[in-house]
Amino acid sequence: MSTQNAPDMKTPVPRGPLPILPPPRPRRMVEISIDGKAVSVPEGSTLLQAARSIGIDTPTLCFLENLTPVNVCRICVVEVEGSRMLVPACSRQAEPGMVVKTDSERVRLSRRLVLELLASSVDVSTAPQFQEYMKRYGAQPERFGDAARPAGNRDAAQPGHHHAPENGNAATVAQPVKIDNDLYVRDYGKCILCYKCVEACGVDAQNTFAIAVAGRGFTARISTEYDAPLTDSACVYCGNCIGVCPTGALMFKSEYVMRRAGTWDESKQTRADTICPYCGVGCTLTLQVQDEKIVKVTSPLDQQITNGHLCIKGRFGWEWVNKK
Amino acid sequence: MDLHFTDAEVTADEKAAVDGVSIPANANGTRRSYLLPILHALQNHIGWISPGALNYASRALDVPPAEAFGVADFYGLFSTRPQPPAVAHICDDIACKAKGAEKLCSELEKSHGPEGSSKDGETWRRSPCLGLCEHAPAALVHSAGKQHFEQSLASAKTESIRTALQGTAVPQPALAASVPQLGQPGLKLLRRIAQINPESLDDYRATGGFVALRRAFAIGPGAVVREVVESKLVGRGGAAFPCGQKWTSILTAARPRYLVCNADESEPGTFKDRVLMEGDPYAVIESMIIAAFATGCEQGYLYIRGEYPLARRRLEHAIRECRIRSFLGDNILGHGVRFDIELRVGAGAYICGEETAMLNSIEGHRGEPRNKPPFPTQVGLFGQPTIIQNVETLLNVPYIIMEGGKAFAAVGTERSTGTKLFCLSGHVAKPGVYEVPFGTTLRQLLNLAGGVGGSGKLQAVLIGGAAGAFLGSKDLDTPLTFEGTRAAGATLGSAVVMPFDDTVDLRQILLRIASFFRDESCGQCVPCRVGTVRQEEILHRLAAGKPLGSRPNELVLLKEVGQAMRDASICGLGQTASSAIESALARLPVFEDKR
Ligand SMILES: Cc1cc2nc3c(=O)[nH]c(=O)nc-3n(C[C@H](O)[C@H](O)[C@H](O)COP(=O)(O)O)c2cc1C
Ligand code: SF4
Ligand code: SF4
Ligand code: SF4
Ligand code: FES
Ligand code: FES
Repeated sequence: MSTQNAPDMKTPVPRGPLPILPPPRPRRMVEISIDGKAVSVPEGSTLLQAARSIGIDTPTLCFLENLTPVNVCRICVVEVEGSRMLVPACSRQAEPGMVVKTDSERVRLSRRLVLELLASSVDVSTAPQFQEYMKRYGAQPERFGDAARPAGNRDAAQPGHHHAPENGNAATVAQPVKIDNDLYVRDYGKCILCYKCVEACGVDAQNTFAIAVAGRGFTARISTEYDAPLTDSACVYCGNCIGVCPTGALMFKSEYVMRRAGTWDESKQTRADTICPYCGVGCTLTLQVQDEKIVKVTSPLDQQITNGHLCIKGRFGWEWVNKK
Repeated sequence: MDLHFTDAEVTADEKAAVDGVSIPANANGTRRSYLLPILHALQNHIGWISPGALNYASRALDVPPAEAFGVADFYGLFSTRPQPPAVAHICDDIACKAKGAEKLCSELEKSHGPEGSSKDGETWRRSPCLGLCEHAPAALVHSAGKQHFEQSLASAKTESIRTALQGTAVPQPALAASVPQLGQPGLKLLRRIAQINPESLDDYRATGGFVALRRAFAIGPGAVVREVVESKLVGRGGAAFPCGQKWTSILTAARPRYLVCNADESEPGTFKDRVLMEGDPYAVIESMIIAAFATGCEQGYLYIRGEYPLARRRLEHAIRECRIRSFLGDNILGHGVRFDIELRVGAGAYICGEETAMLNSIEGHRGEPRNKPPFPTQVGLFGQPTIIQNVETLLNVPYIIMEGGKAFAAVGTERSTGTKLFCLSGHVAKPGVYEVPFGTTLRQLLNLAGGVGGSGKLQAVLIGGAAGAFLGSKDLDTPLTFEGTRAAGATLGSAVVMPFDDTVDLRQILLRIASFFRDESCGQCVPCRVGTVRQEEILHRLAAGKPLGSRPNELVLLKEVGQAMRDASICGLGQTASSAIESALARLPVFEDKR
């Protein structure tokens, strides 16, 4: 890595999208009904957008505005009249005349089960949004019993094979944290397999393809080829995967170290927006500062240059600022 | 693409294996679809897929190595870690479990150590259904090397497994043994099985082969589609979708269009497509040509599961012969019709039988189902409109062309037309594939197959496979139609009929089904990925008599998991993963406190 001096990053700027795009062509409107209310949305809108447009807060885990929907977590499912199964609101487009229920018994059951299934197999202690959903839906993951012993090396599992459950205890994805570089750690015991990091590393942002989903079924996991250390992989440390991870499975090393030391304290942290000084693109950075030190850098999702994504300099360049 | 690779180097042998897969010069946008064949070449010739080999393959196909690894690591028959060259896959799935599979496994454990351990270049592993259930217990042996050897073992014995592991062929039961109705009048789909030489195009033509194709050319594509619509043929792969409606819907779609024949047949207890492909391979090809002609597809794919080496060889041979004799190619029989078929071989993944997972698998991606809509007829293979049809569905088409849609629809019931193949295995006197008109009842079919085998006392019948349902002895008069089974709270599924006698511990069968879905879930969506695990754990606790809280408590939990899987899973695997288990709990006295 270069040893050039870091420019001053603490110049505040106003937040918000830059007015550069012309207003979009008007689209035809689609009329649907959601929870008994008539809603009119532009053609091509998803049920999630439609629900949000009338203030219905539909939970999402694998959806993010700046990524292509993968619709794998299924927490956003809603009931559509005439459809045998529930449908994912995040990706299903509104069709004229659809009658949608977002809070029926069936919907609540599936959402609660998704939360319970995940929370009984994954460490969600650093996922505040997830915990809020658990409260909202009354999820009780302990219904599935004690956690089973960690299943050995998850990276060496043979697809299509598993050992019979020991005492019927609840299998988990618990495993050691992967620490193989100075910038960020991968704690896949906290991974809910939302695919967001893979998308951010791939065509949706970074086009680097350092990580992908490997394995199958319960042993499916995010991995480099043959679990190679990040330092041998294609990773360029843009940190975009960290930016989209909803559970803290991917974490700045600084945050990880502070959490381990017990010094991470969000109540003492402030956030300020600035423009990245490294190059002429002008990405907005949100600096998270604790005790006069930058502890984490993100970029707002609604920022039209970055869509929330950055490169190594904007994301990690502050390491030199702190070291000054 | 600007790709980055680790330092791992390819060996000369690995390089030769990869280079041996020919990629057409005009592959362009479909280049990645050669990933699966290349991974097969490495597995077969080297015995595993090494980091260096994967780098080399990724470079050749311009695929990021992390993604190529994700694909290789998806399939049960591929190994991304070194393993002994000779591997015996022992089926311990439901039909084989009822017929002594556990004994085989414990004998292998004695001679070779636990599953997966290596001894003298040999190892063994448990396997889901190998599609040889009529000869249970079954095994499949692979021996990697320049002279790659693979063999299915029907009625496997410890001795025959040892012999095959050494690379020596073991004689197998003749195909006739799989068709108890052999030689009887009235057979349509089965009429050539074990009656002609399946490698001989002339035999095929001498028994009416390619007459339907000529007739299709004579009446034109519109008329072919009309006959299929009138026949009311519905898909035989499990989803029971009207074939004519599918074909009609693609007629105005963009080009190119693709035709995919689904020969993945991995539903436990199913082996009818294997018998058709082994015994009448040219009929598969003729049917595909007619379907492609009717729907305007110029390229076909035939996706066959990797566990069917004999069927694969026969189809390879038939495709070669058809090209030579101008039944496939740029100008079929001089009619100006263009159509060709590429064979794709699966690698141990039940989910790849789901149509959209199959498309991803062909394209060289992980076999993860796609969200629907859009449907494959709109956005399918390589993003183009695509027709996907089961082997048996397609084989009905030549008959429909010859006898007319109306005559076809006159057989069977109003909503289930024609004849149907059933796969009988488990405790039945004469296991095998049976062809009967729709409307035949379960009792009639069991009688046709010589009645209940084993102890002779029926405990339960599994209908439709692991994704199906259990029926009890009270339900024997259920007509085996789509509507009849549905009314009985079951499903015809892939037409599995598997009786169990009263000596079978049904709890073990249910545990095996639960374990199957856990292993075969692609892992994409939460309800199925974790739900199948929790379902298995609950059943284990119930089977051990150690419920969490109380038994009713566990049953509520099981039901809720089942409902979430059914309601919120992406594809049919998760949606049906609880159905056989729930049907058994509802109808049969399993897990009831007898003590
Ligand atoms: C988990 C799963 C596995 C399937 N496996 C098969 C299979 O092995 N063979 C098959 O023909 N259809 C299978 N199907 C059904 C296919 O998705 C599809 O409906 C069928 O191939 C369409 O052809 P058909 O209309 O001729 O039946 C499977 C479906 C699911 C959900
Ligand atoms: S840091 Fe960037 S390049 Fe590295 S894995 Fe994450 S998204 Fe990919
Ligand atoms: S590491 Fe984070 S972003 Fe990636 S799949 Fe897991 S939870 Fe999602
Ligand atoms: S239901 Fe199961 S098999 Fe189907 S997409 Fe979801 S995880 Fe994969
Ligand atoms: S948010 Fe819709 S499926 Fe995950
Ligand atoms: S071959 Fe063993 S169950 Fe089918």
